[in-house]
Amino acid sequence: MHSIRAFRGVASEEGRMTEEPHRPVIRPEPVEGRPAPVVRIERLSIALPEGADRPFAVERVNFNLRPGELLCVVGESGSGKSMSANALMGLLPDTVRVAEGRILLEETDLLREPADKLYDVRGRRVAMIFQEPMSALNPLMKVSAQIEEVFEAHGLLTPKERKDKALQLLTEVGLPDPPRAADSYPFQLSGGQRQRVMIAMALALEPQVLIADEPTTALDVTTQAQILKLIARLQKERNMAVMFITHDFGVVAEIADYVTVMQLGRIVESGPADEVLYSPEHPYTKKLIAAIPKLRAGAAEKTASAPVLTVEDLTKTYHMGGGFFKRQRDVHAVKGVSFTLGRGETLGIVGESGSGKSSVGRCLVRLQDPTSGRVLLGDKDMAHLKGTELRAVRRRIQMIFQDPFSSLNPREKVGRIIADGPIAYGEDPKRALSRAAALMEMVGLDPRGVNRFPHEFSGGQRQRIGIARALALEPEIIVADEAVSALDVSIQAQVLDLLGTLKKDLNLSLIFITHDLRVAAQICDRVMVMQKGEVVEIGPGAAIFGAPKHAYTQSLIDAIPGREKEAAMA
Amino acid sequence: MARFIAGRLLKAIVILICITILNFFLIHAAPGDPAAVMAGEAGETDAVFLQQLRERFGLDQPLYMQLFIYLKSVVQLDLGYSYRQQFPVLDLIADRLPATLLLSLSAFVISLGLGILAGAVASARQGRWSDTLISMVALIFYATPLFWLALMAVLLFSVQLGWLPGFGYETVGAGYTGIARALDILSHLVLPALTLGLFFMAVYVRMTRASMLEVNTMDFVKTAKAKGLRPGVIQRRHVLRNALLPVVTLAGLQAGQLVGGAVLIETVFAWPGIGRLMFEALSQRDYNLLLGVFVISAAMVLLFNLITDVLYRVVDPRIRVTS
Repeated sequence: MHSIRAFRGVASEEGRMTEEPHRPVIRPEPVEGRPAPVVRIERLSIALPEGADRPFAVERVNFNLRPGELLCVVGESGSGKSMSANALMGLLPDTVRVAEGRILLEETDLLREPADKLYDVRGRRVAMIFQEPMSALNPLMKVSAQIEEVFEAHGLLTPKERKDKALQLLTEVGLPDPPRAADSYPFQLSGGQRQRVMIAMALALEPQVLIADEPTTALDVTTQAQILKLIARLQKERNMAVMFITHDFGVVAEIADYVTVMQLGRIVESGPADEVLYSPEHPYTKKLIAAIPKLRAGAAEKTASAPVLTVEDLTKTYHMGGGFFKRQRDVHAVKGVSFTLGRGETLGIVGESGSGKSSVGRCLVRLQDPTSGRVLLGDKDMAHLKGTELRAVRRRIQMIFQDPFSSLNPREKVGRIIADGPIAYGEDPKRALSRAAALMEMVGLDPRGVNRFPHEFSGGQRQRIGIARALALEPEIIVADEAVSALDVSIQAQVLDLLGTLKKDLNLSLIFITHDLRVAAQICDRVMVMQKGEVVEIGPGAAIFGAPKHAYTQSLIDAIPGREKEAAMA
Repeated sequence: MARFIAGRLLKAIVILICITILNFFLIHAAPGDPAAVMAGEAGETDAVFLQQLRERFGLDQPLYMQLFIYLKSVVQLDLGYSYRQQFPVLDLIADRLPATLLLSLSAFVISLGLGILAGAVASARQGRWSDTLISMVALIFYATPLFWLALMAVLLFSVQLGWLPGFGYETVGAGYTGIARALDILSHLVLPALTLGLFFMAVYVRMTRASMLEVNTMDFVKTAKAKGLRPGVIQRRHVLRNALLPVVTLAGLQAGQLVGGAVLIETVFAWPGIGRLMFEALSQRDYNLLLGVFVISAAMVLLFNLITDVLYRVVDPRIRVTS
């Protein structure tokens, strides 16, 4: 799923790939007691189109997939891990081309098979599940029909049998109420349920090989834990070979038998999971493992300072529907949330999707109007101000958004994006633009970048631009809504560092909304845990993560992948 | 669903009344009235005669009274009387409506059917010569003035080749009945319907093509490939159906134009439809007839909007269930 542009972005990513070349660490594969590989990828090279930042998406990579074993392919975006999987599936985009190598499924070389033979391989011998369960299912077809289609594609079973088999599969992947799920459209299911449907679909014809491309990245931590368990269980039961692509070493620690680390299209390290995790040898692997935020509260507890922000009984209710004949339905996104934020403090708001954490953030900056409650910035109540008064207060509390791709106007130059806020507050455009350049420097970017467009920057760089934009108004408080969730681990660490430094230098207060407990633990002074619109627990990070009082907090912590092995991974 | 339709019908009636009032004032804002036109045609300039005419037509009443009387009769499904044509408006419209609907509906089906088909083919062959050809042909039909297309079609198929009749609704005085008459009307229908259909086709070609190309990049298409489905099945079952959603929206908007949109074609082909009736009424300041045509066209627009929304609910389950 990598566009060419994504590859171009990699070269300019800040300081990521600058270490001196190091010999790849390929540990000899133990052979004894292991079944013969069902898939052998040998010296596979895939050429990128001209004009990309490097000639090959993957270069001379080797993988072996063995029955009953799970191979994790780890790497950051642009490392070529998904490209390898797509090659095995015969789903390479038209723009790239296989330059050399073989992909052997048992004795057949898939790269040299005629196209119509591959239809029999896909879905039947090799199946695949994807990252985005939200978009990987056809929105207009019922779940059952989409599973039945797998049998139909291969001319198997009668329509009646297909239906029964679909139901049986849905039961097997642990969907509650399988008959109802079968009769549902994808949008009626949650993300985790949809991923189960995808898995059911992939398992339909009992393939020998399952490719899972970041299958849990888009899911909540507790759902992720369930899906990982499910994949591991099915793999053992059916003796499948699994190729599991991920960027998350926590997930690797949880389920991998064997690990291959990729960087810029090359394999830099591979070996049995425990060896790679506990004694990584290649500097890149070491760096990735070191970049995983640790689940122990980093910052010491600050002495309480006067609050810059006091939130009292904040409530947000969405009204759905309502019309001539329809009855209105209320969704309580936020229910009576109260907290304070001290000057220079970082408060983390954690919770799963639907917990109301993002609604709280949007109400604080008045992107949404709270239904009731007060948001006190000094003596001003953000929740109830209107017109000019609201405008005057707005600049004191600014937001950084999750998606560095869609949160910057693609048609505006970066300097203008940063300067827009101050100009709207009446600053002289020339001065605002020159200040934009200074802000670029402050967030670690080349100030000459002000004349470029957002698409010329990588994800991490764009998030820095987003930070510069927020800082341009000299706010007292910054609300960061999943600000590092879309970034690779090493970039994530850099952006978090930047936020920490800026916070100290500018004496900012920070509200950090995240689903990632590791990140929260690393940078937050205090943490507030939300569930279904309510605060279940609030307190110093060390206390929340060290000795959670609420069962829900405990379950969130338990669900973090690879937690048991964390200490050993150092 | 029944509730939804009932709700929408209620809204539609309110909108229809608003449109009628608006049209009423717009028409009366135009200079001249039917009495003046009639008197002018008769060469009469006598103020007393003019006054008598106005009294007969009720034009001497204050405007709000006229509006009130008109609305009252519309609500009773009476569109008034055309003093020019000496016939009730409803009869005049009922006489012409079938011809117009026949023409526009055929053109609509042709444009939609051919458009989606050509768009699907073009998207499947993106970048190849057949894609370029389809886009070019569609654009040529769209860019050429409609009346010119119509005249050329008449010249070629009717005058030169003599394959099809070039004007009229049916052969006058032939006295056909039953199937023979239907075939006769059909042969008259081919040219105007094709001309109008090909003109509107371009929009659907482009829309379908763009929409299918977009859907092709979506994740669920990759899922379908991973299942081992053949490309033809993927295009038909997964891509086309999703790609048609925006096309349905567009078609719904265009369907609203069915009654009024064929004026030019009706004129060129001497097709006895509403379009020409409206044009005549306009030049003669035939208030009642004009208003009547407006009311009927507005009702058609609202009806087809409703049909589109219902269709949308059938095609897209997300809308059906969430609301």
